Amino acid sequence: MIGRRKKRRRNKLSANDNMRRMMFSRRAALVGGAQLGIGGLLAARMGWIAIAENEQWRLLSESNRVQLTLITPRRGWIVDRAGQPIAMNRSDFRVDLIPDRVQNSQEILATLTDLLDLPEDEVARINEDLETAAGAQPVQVAAGLEWEQFAAVNVRLPDLPGVAPVQGFARYYPAGAAVGHLVGYVGAPTREQYLEENENPLLLFPGFKVGKDGLEKTFEETLRGEPGAQRSEVTARGELVRELETRPDRAGETLRLTVDAGLQEYVGRRLGNESGSAVVMNCRTGDVLAMASMPCFDPNSFSDGISHAEYDMLSEDERVPLRNKTLLGMYPPGSTFKPMTALAALSGDVDPEEIVYCGGGYTLGNRRFGCLGVHGPMNLHRAIARSCNTYFYTMGRRVGIQKIAYAARKMGLGAEYPIPVANQNYGTVPDDEWLPRRYDREWTDSDTLNTSIGQGYLLTTPMQLAVMSARLASGRNVVPRLVQGERSQAPLLDGVSQEHIARVRAGMDEVVNGAGTAPRARLPLDGVRLAGKTGTAQVVNLSSGRGGRGVPWRYRDHGLFVSFAPADDPLYACAVVVEHGMSGGRAASPVARDAITYLYDKEIALESLDRLETEWGGDIFTRMARQEAEYRYANGLEQRAGLPTVTPPEPEEDAAMPDGAQQPPQ
Amino acid sequence: MSTNPDSLVPQQIAELPWRTIFLVLAIGGFGMLVLFSAAGGNLQPWAWSHAVRFSLFLAMAIFLSHLREEHWKFFAYPLYVATLIALVGVEALGQVRGGSQRWLDLGFIRIQPSEIMKPVLILALARYYDSLPAAELRRFVAIWPAAILIALPAALVVIQPDLGTTVALAVGGLTVMFLAGLPMRLFIGGALAVAALVPIAFQFLLEDYQRNRVLTFLNPENDPLGTGYHITQSKIAIGSGGLFGKGFLNGTQSHLSYLPEGHTDFVFATMAEEFGLLGGLLLIGGFLLLIRWGLRVGQRSKSNFAKLTSAGLSMTIFFYVAINLMMGMGLAPVVGIPLPLVSFGGSAMMTVMICIGILMSLDRQQRVKR
Repeated sequence: MIGRRKKRRRNKLSANDNMRRMMFSRRAALVGGAQLGIGGLLAARMGWIAIAENEQWRLLSESNRVQLTLITPRRGWIVDRAGQPIAMNRSDFRVDLIPDRVQNSQEILATLTDLLDLPEDEVARINEDLETAAGAQPVQVAAGLEWEQFAAVNVRLPDLPGVAPVQGFARYYPAGAAVGHLVGYVGAPTREQYLEENENPLLLFPGFKVGKDGLEKTFEETLRGEPGAQRSEVTARGELVRELETRPDRAGETLRLTVDAGLQEYVGRRLGNESGSAVVMNCRTGDVLAMASMPCFDPNSFSDGISHAEYDMLSEDERVPLRNKTLLGMYPPGSTFKPMTALAALSGDVDPEEIVYCGGGYTLGNRRFGCLGVHGPMNLHRAIARSCNTYFYTMGRRVGIQKIAYAARKMGLGAEYPIPVANQNYGTVPDDEWLPRRYDREWTDSDTLNTSIGQGYLLTTPMQLAVMSARLASGRNVVPRLVQGERSQAPLLDGVSQEHIARVRAGMDEVVNGAGTAPRARLPLDGVRLAGKTGTAQVVNLSSGRGGRGVPWRYRDHGLFVSFAPADDPLYACAVVVEHGMSGGRAASPVARDAITYLYDKEIALESLDRLETEWGGDIFTRMARQEAEYRYANGLEQRAGLPTVTPPEPEEDAAMPDGAQQPPQ
Repeated sequence: MSTNPDSLVPQQIAELPWRTIFLVLAIGGFGMLVLFSAAGGNLQPWAWSHAVRFSLFLAMAIFLSHLREEHWKFFAYPLYVATLIALVGVEALGQVRGGSQRWLDLGFIRIQPSEIMKPVLILALARYYDSLPAAELRRFVAIWPAAILIALPAALVVIQPDLGTTVALAVGGLTVMFLAGLPMRLFIGGALAVAALVPIAFQFLLEDYQRNRVLTFLNPENDPLGTGYHITQSKIAIGSGGLFGKGFLNGTQSHLSYLPEGHTDFVFATMAEEFGLLGGLLLIGGFLLLIRWGLRVGQRSKSNFAKLTSAGLSMTIFFYVAINLMMGMGLAPVVGIPLPLVSFGGSAMMTVMICIGILMSLDRQQRVKR
């Protein structure tokens, strides 16, 4: 029954059913076609990725698989002439932050502050660095950590994303501030440096430092060395599967200087609390044995990342510890210039025995040019020894400015030297051609008079004064050298008579060892005599006369001293400038005396230094630490947190003149 | 039980659809090979249990193939209702326990009702249209019951939330409706409406993480370390494989764990890295053959029920494969749909084996009739 009913119904609807079947077939073909189409599309897409774009994906797969680790090269040492280290590397535990990977910087900083005992101003600095730092560039949290602190951070690493503990090397300068201006310092590369070097990945390496100033900067290329690389296969989680190949690093080359590390440190210490500079040279070869500019920053502080307080203290100090006074400080040479005037006079056929009577001054027209004393009858020898202005006014005016300027330039003033430093000033040797060009004014006799005694427009750097002394001492065309090379004596000066120079030298011998202005400079040694010339350079024109004790420090006269030893067969030359030291004989000449003494007898020299340092209150490190502590106390550390960013300074591009513009006297 | 005197094997064995079984075995075996490599050349933890599971489900499919069309037809509605209840149950359980739960633990096996629903929905829809006279096809009664049949499970799945399965259910259901002969304009109009609604749905219906997946798919470079990372690493694996691949056991993306989910959702990338474009074409070809077989079963069938069921089940299998591969090649968002028979995991394999079992049963019916 049921079967029959079904059959009937099927027959009745068969027309519809047929239509339905056809429709199913059509639509099924459509669906099948669509599926086939999508299948084909997938196959084509896969072919495109795997064949056409294969190269690109293979590279990405390789860069996934292979991790390239840089091996930072060890920085070359800087050593003195005997191989004693001036700048070296010591192993260092440090902690960096990689801004890219830090998620909650405040939380992490709080943990680190806890673990590492970070002072408040350091936290402020880190925060500012984090804000300005770009992506992958590490920001230093702390360096020079104790092993226990370092380990404490390492243990908590899983909870501290973005924190990178680094065991590496830090630059170390054993003599600290005494060599600061000589070698400069190293620091983390800036973003600009990174871009300049075509995004060299080495510069992003945590803890990597580049030279920022001084020799560290000039010799960056040879000191840096070549980084090595380690290729290793790693998993996505950073686990090492196997090491593939290693290219070893090449350490930086050792830079050997002409400097005597012991003397350099001694001179730096001997300048004490004064603001000044001292240069010691071998007067035959030009080897610079010491060049110190004090006070100075401690290059170790800069290399470790300097704190706000310390940097502020340095930049606010009126004795400008951040300026290398040896090469950038410019001072009127004062009476130390008189040997030049003497050479000019001799070259102008002045008879050295001719007597000029000093009655306390010189009159030009209706102007009176004063002398410091009433010296009576003066010949050249005595005039140098007593530093008689009247004599040099007379003779300078007689031979004229051109001869004076000629002698000064011959002896190395007004010149830049081929030494590997970032900046040096060349000072001024004025003459009748220079003045109209510079100040649109004709040269007058009074300008000649001022120049004759080392005032007026004359400006020199301590390095130039040292070269001048060296050329006077040896009669050779000495050029300063900082880097050890082949040792050779400089050729004799031409265009200047050796006989004239010998006469001037005799006068300078008298300055120290006879009836002269620098009896304090006599060496405490048997058989070695120091010869020299004092100078006192006016800083401002005071109505009350010379800038001595009664005026504020920054208005006092500069004390200068140029010298050489032994007086009868000179080997060493030394120039000392003590800013606002009031007089060359009092402030500057004892420094030169002790420096030269050190070269002959270290014990005597160190004894006198020990006495002085006791008087000053400790050695450089102690005094600087105390100064910083006082500074921090006076400024209240809390308020430092909000100050604007301070990055370690790039060296000054141009140094201004020392305090107070120089003016011709009277 | 008569035996064919010409044959050495019993008729029951000889009658099995061997070509299809070989095809399924080939795909599943290849999957096992890939899983073996994904574990760094180890049977554990994936390849062995994949093989065991595969064998069990294949046996189940062969068992299912012995059921008759009438059985499927008879059980279509009860199965649908039962699965729907299970879906509600899962949802209720999820509510009680907090968080979303997609499976029921029966002690010996965990069952995802949403997976079972895929073939069951096809059966129910085919059953409905089979009983609907052709004259009614152009009337409203041809639409709304089917729409309700689709909408109920889809709604339950979408709140789980499981967007991939929801779309799979909808696509399977719509395919059956389309093949049943509903007017073409309905589908064209519907497609236009969906196109218009997509932006609105994107804004208001999707969960945040789903929205992110879609956004990442459109622009994977925006999120190279999040979801975009998956797509990028998958493309690196496929692209670096080249024509012949890096060789069996030599994949670096998978072995060094750069490729996430290399044994489940991105198993195709694991395969392509080692076997290259060639392996990919073989696998795609294998799946297309399987799906073509399913459609053929439908076209050969006499009854509407068998036709619609076969086509719908083929579409279900196709949907898995197509979405999974598109996902791996960066053509679709990451929705977590495995590659059937190849990916490690039971649910999808069970669903696909059920589909294959039903298809074999319908196939067998015709051959036996013949």
